[in-house]
Amino acid sequence: MSERHLSFTLNGERREANADPRMHLADFLRHGLGLTGTHVGCEHGVCGACTVIVDGAPVRSCLMLAVQVDGCTVETVEGLAKGGELSPLQQAFANHHGLQCGFCTPGMLMTLEAFLRVTPSPTEQDVRIAISGNTCRCTGYQGIVEAALTTTAAKGSRP
Amino acid sequence: MKPPPFQYHRPQTREELGALLANLDNVKILAGGQSLMPMLNLRVVAPDHLIDINRIPELAGIRETTDGIEIGAMTRQADILASPIIRDRLPLLARALEHVGHIQTRSRGTIGGSCCHLDPSAEQPAICAALDAEFVAIGPKGRRVIAAADWFQGMLQSALDDLEFLEAVRFKPWAKGHGYGFAEYARRHGDFAISGAAALLEADGGGSITRAALLVFGVEEAPRRLSEAEAALVGQNIGEIALAPILDAARALHPMEDVQVTADYRRHLAGTLLGRAVREACVSREQRQ
Ligand SMILES: Cc1cc2nc3c(=O)[nH]c(=O)nc-3n(C[C@@H](O)[C@H](O)[C@H](O)COP(=O)(O)OP(=O)(O)OC[C@H]3O[C@@H](n4cnc5c(N)ncnc54)[C@H](O)[C@@H]3O)c2cc1C
Ligand code: FES
Ligand code: FES
Repeated sequence: MSERHLSFTLNGERREANADPRMHLADFLRHGLGLTGTHVGCEHGVCGACTVIVDGAPVRSCLMLAVQVDGCTVETVEGLAKGGELSPLQQAFANHHGLQCGFCTPGMLMTLEAFLRVTPSPTEQDVRIAISGNTCRCTGYQGIVEAALTTTAAKGSRP
Repeated sequence: MKPPPFQYHRPQTREELGALLANLDNVKILAGGQSLMPMLNLRVVAPDHLIDINRIPELAGIRETTDGIEIGAMTRQADILASPIIRDRLPLLARALEHVGHIQTRSRGTIGGSCCHLDPSAEQPAICAALDAEFVAIGPKGRRVIAAADWFQGMLQSALDDLEFLEAVRFKPWAKGHGYGFAEYARRHGDFAISGAAALLEADGGGSITRAALLVFGVEEAPRRLSEAEAALVGQNIGEIALAPILDAARALHPMEDVQVTADYRRHLAGTLLGRAVREACVSREQRQ
């Protein structure tokens, strides 16, 4: 089937590309653009590893077609660190041992990044519900939740 | 690539969508994709044509009309949940939406997609049934309004025919300050529920119930209203409701059975969850006066 042209903003930069309509966004980011930070686990919407931010909202990139981001703004985990410096959320993950297996981490980060932008001072319960769509199969959510909560505390204390 | 090959169409108006449906064979409509994309990735469906309706602005939005509220089929679950109009006038819908998937699925998933897909455990079509919503469909002969009682044709089967699409869902909100309650049981937060229940109550100044709706979902193949138990509630005092007729109604249901959940267990859940939903409805009625 013929490819379609799409133009969109990816981590702040304008991008032009072609994609087969049946290619989902996660595969397109990984194989089409070489951005392998976005991970794929289940590819049917259950695990959350593939979460990216599209027009400000966290979405499962395995459940969107690449052609659907034509005209949109897409953010992936590669866009979080600026000038070699980790984002506050990434730094908090490192500090609190929230980066456990590493496989689910990009999805956890992008979910929490989107969530914290609209919910600047969540409770622990809010954070747990927000990441309920990101499956952790290894050690549990404790470090991840602590990282999210300290990020908001740090942001809140900023003048 | 996971999905099988298809031709991709992206209409921008309802008319273009209607024309595509009329002229193409083996078509699938793509709304939020939160049910259809998994099926495409797993190749359990293989349409020749995929019609993406995400760029038809007229299909999305929440409108207050003279006699109620109309929610466009493509309105995202996240937008419905965040809407002050919905919280105020259709609080049961907002209450139930908190249980639909996760923030990353509600950001894409739509009310129309859920009502067309009709998973027996889906909350949104169940709430539509509890509120006697109307489904507005557009087909070659124009618009047609389908009552909730006629919408559910069985497991995963709505009343739409192949040439039609869902345009919007219309609601008539209950009286200001009505009571509402919702309860479901799922293994983990955001998973599809095994079963659930909802209750709506109106009462007069003395606390005597004047109107009631009771519903279970994820029990039979489609959401099920318990009309006899509803009638039995009318006239009772909100402070001392007799639960026995409701539990009897739950025992008379014909639940689905699968490898994980027996019919008996679903019947048990139906009774327990109905009790919780009714109690919650009574409390919310008191608090909202
Ligand atoms: C991890 C996960 C958890 C979930 N948990 C829940 C849950 O707890 N409860 C729940 O109810 N759902 C749940 N869902 C499914 C829910 O998110 C979907 O939004 C919903 O089932 C389908 O809506 P959609 O907009 O995504 O539709 P799509 O997946 O795009 O479409 C679904 C079907 O409806 C048809 N369709 C869509 N719109 C129209 C229209 N306007 N006219 C005609 N046909 C149409 C499509 O052709 C398709 O057959 C979950 C999904 C995931 C991935
Ligand atoms: S890979 Fe997308 S949700 Fe699992
Ligand atoms: S931290 Fe990745 S699976 Fe637990």
